[in-house]
Amino acid sequence: MEYLLLFIGTVIVNNFVLVQFLGICPFLGVSKQVSTSVGMGIATTFVMVMAALASWLIEHFILVPLDLVYLRTLSFILVIAALVQLVEMFLHKSIPGLYRAMGIFLPLITTNCAVLGLSLNAVLRSYNLGESLVYGFGAGVGFTLALILMAGIREELEFADIPKPLKGAAIALITAGLLSLAFSGFAGMI
Amino acid sequence: MNKMIKDFLRGLWDEHPTFRIMIGMCPTLAVTTSAINGMGMAIATTFVLICSSLLISMLKKVIPGGVRIPAYIIVIATFVTTVDYLMQAYTPDLHEALGVFIPLIVVNCIILGRAEAYASKMPVIWSAFDALGMGLGFTWGLTLIGSIRELLGSGTIFGFSVAPDGFTPFAILTSPPGAFITLGVLLALMNIISDKIAQRTRANQQKTAS
Repeated sequence: MEYLLLFIGTVIVNNFVLVQFLGICPFLGVSKQVSTSVGMGIATTFVMVMAALASWLIEHFILVPLDLVYLRTLSFILVIAALVQLVEMFLHKSIPGLYRAMGIFLPLITTNCAVLGLSLNAVLRSYNLGESLVYGFGAGVGFTLALILMAGIREELEFADIPKPLKGAAIALITAGLLSLAFSGFAGMI
Repeated sequence: MNKMIKDFLRGLWDEHPTFRIMIGMCPTLAVTTSAINGMGMAIATTFVLICSSLLISMLKKVIPGGVRIPAYIIVIATFVTTVDYLMQAYTPDLHEALGVFIPLIVVNCIILGRAEAYASKMPVIWSAFDALGMGLGFTWGLTLIGSIRELLGSGTIFGFSVAPDGFTPFAILTSPPGAFITLGVLLALMNIISDKIAQRTRANQQKTAS
């Protein structure tokens, strides 16, 4: 039950993208087509769960016993970079179409602040291993959800008659604001 | 010399990180609930940006091409950790308010972007100027967004109350949706202004031509 609440809380109530502003760059950059955003969401979710696991292990078996807590940011980002490389190599070999579609944004998962943010948050809130994994998975699902919602709206926006100054990023941000407004309705749920 | 100044000014308008290239968006939206938070975040980022651009520019001949990105990230993460601990010691309130977004400066694309696009190719002094320009651009951007959200959202600016009596603040602007909407509207305004400027220069050119 506790895990379920944590999961729902992470996916909907404290949605990583729309409420906590983590992972905005890929959210605005890759959300032009539903199909690429699904792929991006799945790849990011995978990296997030792995990052939650890896950062928990590093924190509790290396940094705390050896009294190296000040190396936390440094070690987490290096592990995330290695994980992203792994996903990239896997996709390149097995799903080349998706690999090409994601282009520059695939290596950019490394600099997706949602991944590092979740690793740091999980440690700061002293989650145990199970909670960290649920938190990581929830973050990934929440990110994917926001990305797909946004992509769906933007596909329709392509055909809308938008005033010239609002074209492009401006209307995307205002759309995101309205989505975020909808999500803030969940605030009292848990 | 002229080109150096041009490179410096580029970050303030033409290639403004927030309003033009749209990078470093997470802190831009997350911490700008008040002017002071936005400014504090931007100054911390500028410090990291200048220090890492300097160091990366100095080390550009030493770092092998194949591992340059991890090497840059280590340099950046080192300075971020420094800033994190410095802020914890000297500005604990601000540190508390910015929270996880201070360690997240590591993944701010502005810093890695400048390292890759500029500092890794140019001399040290040039890189410092470029970093300073980008940093100042980021600072005015974040301070502006923070001021607007604070002014309309809670009727204060830098913590001083400036709203007339009877002013009901738009609380939505200090909450997450307000961040997106404020930036969206600002971007639209920016587009209108640069269109006007482009039209005027074109008109002037035609005048001189005829």
